[in-house]
Amino acid sequence: MKRFLYELEESWKIAAAQMRSNMTRSTLTALGVIIGIIAVTLMGTAVNGIGIGFDKSMSVLGDDVLYVTQWPWKPVDDWWNYRDRKRIETEYAEKINRVIGATPNSNLIVAVPTSSLMRSIRYAGNAVDNVFTLGTTSDFPLTSTIDCKEGRFFNEIESREGAQVVVIGYDVADALFPSESPIGKIVVINGQLFKVIGVNARQGTFLGLFSWDSMVAVPLTAFNKYFSSKSASDLRPGGSSTESDVRVKVKDKKKLNEAKDELTGIMRRARGLPPEKKDDFSINEQQAFKSTLDPVKNTIAIAGLFITGLALFVGAIGIMNITFVSVKERTKEIGTRKALGARRRTILLQFLIESTSLCLLGGFIGLIIAYFMCFGIGKAFPSFPIQFSLGLVLASMIVSVLTGLVSGFAPAWSASRLDPVAALRYE
Amino acid sequence: MDGQQSVRPVGPVVIDIENITKDYVLGEEIVRALRGVTLQIRRNEYLAIMGPSGSGKSTLMNMLGCLDTPTAGRYEFNGRNVKEMDDDELAAIRNREIGFVFQTFNLLPRATSLRNVELPLIYAGVDPETREERATQALVDVGLGDRVNHKPNELSGGQRQRVAIARALVNNPSIILADEPTGNLDSKTGEEIMGLLEDLYQRGNTIILVTHERDIAVNARRTIHLRDGVIESDHAGFIPELDLETVSTR
Repeated sequence: MKRFLYELEESWKIAAAQMRSNMTRSTLTALGVIIGIIAVTLMGTAVNGIGIGFDKSMSVLGDDVLYVTQWPWKPVDDWWNYRDRKRIETEYAEKINRVIGATPNSNLIVAVPTSSLMRSIRYAGNAVDNVFTLGTTSDFPLTSTIDCKEGRFFNEIESREGAQVVVIGYDVADALFPSESPIGKIVVINGQLFKVIGVNARQGTFLGLFSWDSMVAVPLTAFNKYFSSKSASDLRPGGSSTESDVRVKVKDKKKLNEAKDELTGIMRRARGLPPEKKDDFSINEQQAFKSTLDPVKNTIAIAGLFITGLALFVGAIGIMNITFVSVKERTKEIGTRKALGARRRTILLQFLIESTSLCLLGGFIGLIIAYFMCFGIGKAFPSFPIQFSLGLVLASMIVSVLTGLVSGFAPAWSASRLDPVAALRYE
Repeated sequence: MDGQQSVRPVGPVVIDIENITKDYVLGEEIVRALRGVTLQIRRNEYLAIMGPSGSGKSTLMNMLGCLDTPTAGRYEFNGRNVKEMDDDELAAIRNREIGFVFQTFNLLPRATSLRNVELPLIYAGVDPETREERATQALVDVGLGDRVNHKPNELSGGQRQRVAIARALVNNPSIILADEPTGNLDSKTGEEIMGLLEDLYQRGNTIILVTHERDIAVNARRTIHLRDGVIESDHAGFIPELDLETVSTR
């Protein structure tokens, strides 16, 4: 064991001396690894960032919330079976809440109705078109991770009475109020005046998935009164129709299935479905959405890492090549070492450490460069999902070491098997 | 044992070779480099192996140095059967029992004298302090106490060979195997090196000298001539008065 340590130390010294004395060669070879590690690391940060953006978008949905919708959240082949389903009415929320109130051990907490439309918003000279406009109740924050940077969400009274108040997303606030606080200002939505009472904190977007940044929320009562799709404005060509659904918060997310069953029963009664009929609504959860999008995310990750991995592979070939050259050049030295008592393992170790330290050095430099590149990209394109993490640092260091070991193994093995007589005679 | 009758026994047998042969395959030809060599070398002998090129001299040296194993025959080193050893066992024997001195010195070019001499000790698993101490002592013993931190390119040829001899000595081997140790040196420096070897011999070391130069071989106390893979002659040279007490403590 002790001898192994001494041999290890000796191998490190040799590797360092070798790199120093062949500076140009080592640098050029390491460059291959540097580029490989930069590519892999940047891809890793992007994959990381996509994952985080994805989770962030998902968290908006909430993992303890069931969504009652007309369409299921998964691709369907028989779309015609769904398009004629009755609309989901916001009134169901009240019915569900009544049932929840009457059931002592209900797995559900509260139902929140939402309706949405695309509307334009104006303030002074600024206007934003096609804003996702949500009508809901004051219970809405219970079902979604929404938090106000400024102001507050509307309260129960405003909700019930249909007060003309609005909570706006970060990007909307940014567009309408570039240089002043939006709180207390009156904006115009669809010709109606609304007072801004809250601004959401920035959430960030990922692939245009759910983000509160570009949305506004008003009390459902006001929404129905002014923007219902039955109103004249929506009969115009190009007007979008109202989408309604009901979100139900679940008491215990471990009992999601029980909650789902309970909700299905309530909805069937609300819809007046006889037992022989199939459900004419869908109950969705975050998980269903995730399982549709996860393969996409994973494909991006695998394809990206594979392609960038090729760059690293080329670097590894460079290392292998240079180690072979090194073995060839130092055949006589290997012979001498063997004559002096170096065992096969010693020689193997020496060249493995040489290739590995070269890779590790390249990996380290690559990582530093990648870090600054990430930093730069993050500064230049704030919306680009890029995340540098400690796990990534460790992973790329491990990858560097593995690259060194794998690419150095063949040359090191051939060195360790050299016949001492032939090696000593080599000129 | 006839050939050894004339040789004065000096100490216990270190190398015991009986009828060894070595065949090489060279292309489609089989080269029979050694065709049956029988030889005993005892502690504190000073032996020269001579012979023209192609005589099997180098092959015999590789056998004696445990760099290679014989095709057939018996080889015992300090009573251990070398023929059956694997690569790592041979490496251990080379490390502890044999000190090599090469014609071309074979020093590590980027390492100091000290580190060069330390190398066999590293492979022997000696701890760093003892290593440095012993390597320094070995360098002092060959007269290079003031060249400890010099690299080979800062040393003369003679000094380099002294470093190599210090390296050969540092593990207190049973034999020192010198292959044309003066081949790359001018005659004056060569004489100095031979003087050093004589000195080491006087201090109780066993020295095997492989050479084709008579002038060098005369330093030995026993000379073996090889021809066509067999021992042609084996005579005793001059044997000086020896203090056998000190010899046996080595």
